[in-house]
Amino acid sequence: MNTLSPAPKLPVSLVANPKLSSWVGFTDDGRVAISIGKVEIGQGIVTALAQIAADELDVAITRIEMTRASTAASPNEGVTSGSLSIQQSGRALRQVCAEVRQRFLRAASERLGVDASRLDIDDGTISGPGNVRTSYWELMGEVSLDHDATGSPTAKSAAARTVAGHSVQRVDIPDKVFARPRFIHDLALPGLVHGRVLRPDLPDARLIALNEAAARAVPGFIAIVRDGGFAGVVADNETAAEAALKALRKGATWSDGGPLPDDDDLAGFLKSQPVETTIIDTRMAEPARHPAQTLRRQYTRPYIAHASIAPSCAVAQWDGDRVHVWTHSQGVYLLRADLAIVLKLPAESIVVEHIEGAGCYGHNAADDVALDAVLLAKAAGGRPVRVQWSRHDEMSHAPFGAAMAIEIEADLDSNNEITGWRHAIWSNGHAARPGRAAQPTLLAASEIANPYPRMVSTNPPAANGGGGDRNSVPLYDFPAWTITSHRLLTMPVRTSALRTLGGQGNVFAIESLLDEIAELRGEDPIAFRLRHLRDERARDVIRAAARRAQWKPQKQPGIGHGLGFARYKNTGAYCAAIAEIKGADGVRVRRLTLAVDVGEAINPDGVINQIEGGAIQAASWVLKERVRFDRTRITSTSWTDYPILTFSEVPAVDVEIIQRPEIEPVGAGEAAHGPVTAAIANAVYDCLGVRVRDLPITRDRIIAAMERAP
Amino acid sequence: MPAIQFQLNGAATAVDVEPDQTLLDVLRGRLGVTSAHFGCGAGECGACYVMVDHRAMASCDMPMWSVADRDIVTVEGLGTVGVPHPLQRAFIAEQAMQCGYCVSGILISAAALLKRNPSPTEAEVRAALDRNLCRCGSHNRMVRAVLRAAAEMAAS
Repeated sequence: MNTLSPAPKLPVSLVANPKLSSWVGFTDDGRVAISIGKVEIGQGIVTALAQIAADELDVAITRIEMTRASTAASPNEGVTSGSLSIQQSGRALRQVCAEVRQRFLRAASERLGVDASRLDIDDGTISGPGNVRTSYWELMGEVSLDHDATGSPTAKSAAARTVAGHSVQRVDIPDKVFARPRFIHDLALPGLVHGRVLRPDLPDARLIALNEAAARAVPGFIAIVRDGGFAGVVADNETAAEAALKALRKGATWSDGGPLPDDDDLAGFLKSQPVETTIIDTRMAEPARHPAQTLRRQYTRPYIAHASIAPSCAVAQWDGDRVHVWTHSQGVYLLRADLAIVLKLPAESIVVEHIEGAGCYGHNAADDVALDAVLLAKAAGGRPVRVQWSRHDEMSHAPFGAAMAIEIEADLDSNNEITGWRHAIWSNGHAARPGRAAQPTLLAASEIANPYPRMVSTNPPAANGGGGDRNSVPLYDFPAWTITSHRLLTMPVRTSALRTLGGQGNVFAIESLLDEIAELRGEDPIAFRLRHLRDERARDVIRAAARRAQWKPQKQPGIGHGLGFARYKNTGAYCAAIAEIKGADGVRVRRLTLAVDVGEAINPDGVINQIEGGAIQAASWVLKERVRFDRTRITSTSWTDYPILTFSEVPAVDVEIIQRPEIEPVGAGEAAHGPVTAAIANAVYDCLGVRVRDLPITRDRIIAAMERAP
Repeated sequence: MPAIQFQLNGAATAVDVEPDQTLLDVLRGRLGVTSAHFGCGAGECGACYVMVDHRAMASCDMPMWSVADRDIVTVEGLGTVGVPHPLQRAFIAEQAMQCGYCVSGILISAAALLKRNPSPTEAEVRAALDRNLCRCGSHNRMVRAVLRAAAEMAAS
């Protein structure tokens, strides 16, 4: 039974790439080549998609070869983001494989003279009564896949699947434990040389003069590339490239940079800028009752760094007026579109091929460094140039997740029931990915001689989950609300997509205030939420987390418990989190208990891994993370100045999946961040009796909140 | 340029390099050993860890002159697909990573721990891995994998 998607509505990725042959092919050596437009960023997507294909085609998963995304051959699936890969790529691939299977069954039926309904497929061998048999590979010459998908037949029923729904081991992990090169950083190409780019210490400072003599004297030096304010060096090995960069830096003269806001008053800054205001949603109550009281609360979230363990890296190689780019970008076609604008080349002259990098958690410098490599490779005489950013540049020039100020006013009646709700957000836009606008968003594009203006980040439309407003519309049945988003039109600190976009901040705010209101009423916070939720799947994850954490454990001094809940984007995965913290000299998160519902979990262990990882990353954001700057420069440019949670500090994480094999699957990568953030904040209140409304929740912030509290 | 001699994964190795060049650059750039990864260049993240005389150390800020006559082990020297180190088996069994960029350094820290303490407690594992950063949040899986490897080694 598949009540959510009546056939034959095609999945979005299939509408964009309808040809069956662009997704599936059979190879001479008895394998199945699956081509997808989504990319591996450590989330295990390649394995989950291989499972879907293996199931639908009835071949062993070991026969599946996942081709990495490239603009030369892959379906164009936009960007790997927003926890949409299972939803978009997975649904498309499932449908494609179902149709491919049917075409082969039809051909086998003709060849074997057996009705297709009496044929079975087992690991690619098609057999029927009387021991007749053939296979995909025997038939591949006579079955054309150069047809568009039709939307019928539909895929197997949930009960008939044997691979999807099971915890298959990830296909990429053996390479990673046996140190077989898999990352772009380890890419070996003949004639490979190395590049480094000179970037200013002060944001927006422009290169005025450059003394090149010392860099040119470095042994191994190949070339300096200058294009307006963009400057870089190419050398025949990394040591030489670093030495030449150091020499260039000494010889560089810069203009002043742009001023930065006061990082101790982010709300003051965010609320004083010119903005574009959008009403995201309103709901009107019947008669506007006069509230007995109105609670007005402000919450803030700082700028947060993606802080990938690997600095961004790319390789580019020119051949005449064509260029090949190896990248860990999340969107090969989108990157290509921006490169085409900057290079003034037709897109067909550029091939962008994906190779894994480290986890990126959103739009980091992966795309920027690709343009850097392309520009430097112009001076390398046809040799491939590998460019790697420094840790410092990664932590200062890459985009950050946007800071947010969120104000909620809750009208309460005399029983402290909610009668009205106004939620307003001030934030820079949460998206400035390449390939979506008429102007490029790549960093070097704003540095070259004919620079493109730096794009001020925007927000995806509400239909795609929104940006700063993501998860701001309550899932709770309050009688009236108005949700307003103020997007900044200035951008002194560069921002773009970080996991959940505005979701983490908005869920933190909503769930913190709900907790406060439940307490005012003297009502259990879980009972209070359940009373305001009609969606059974929402109620189920909350009840499951509560049961698993034995809510509510007996009060002990120094220990606190808190709950947070959200459905990611209000359309994706449901997640409830319960935090157990120890509060003394600072806060330590001891345990996070989560329940999650992603519909059909293709790879349950993969889902658990994503939820665990998201929970730990969120705990790190909440307890420690904050991009620091003075009025002229970013100062949190090392791991010492931008600490993240360490092995001794991470909490135990316990995850329960509510499996719903009959419901279309959604992604898990961003479901935990909002609920965990809120759960920790609420546990801090339970433990210490103080509401900390400014992230991160550090010792200083707790003390400040205690001093503010009446 | 003087030749600097050391043991690399059990083999006598000599390279002609500037004495202040880093071990990481020499491993990756000269010797084609890519398991050790560049992460920060300041010894703060652990992605570049290698074993130096049985201790896990950052190779990104280790000058070659200090490597002379040392015994260096990288993940390439821990085990192979045919003969895996128990840690490699355990990291697969526990699916102990997301992106895996930090994993080489973590395998090295864990291998060094198990050499000096074959049956560590969970707290000791966490303490031993504290200088390795993981951004994906796979910490608990990795700790379980190290404990699994220790148990397997004790049983064999």
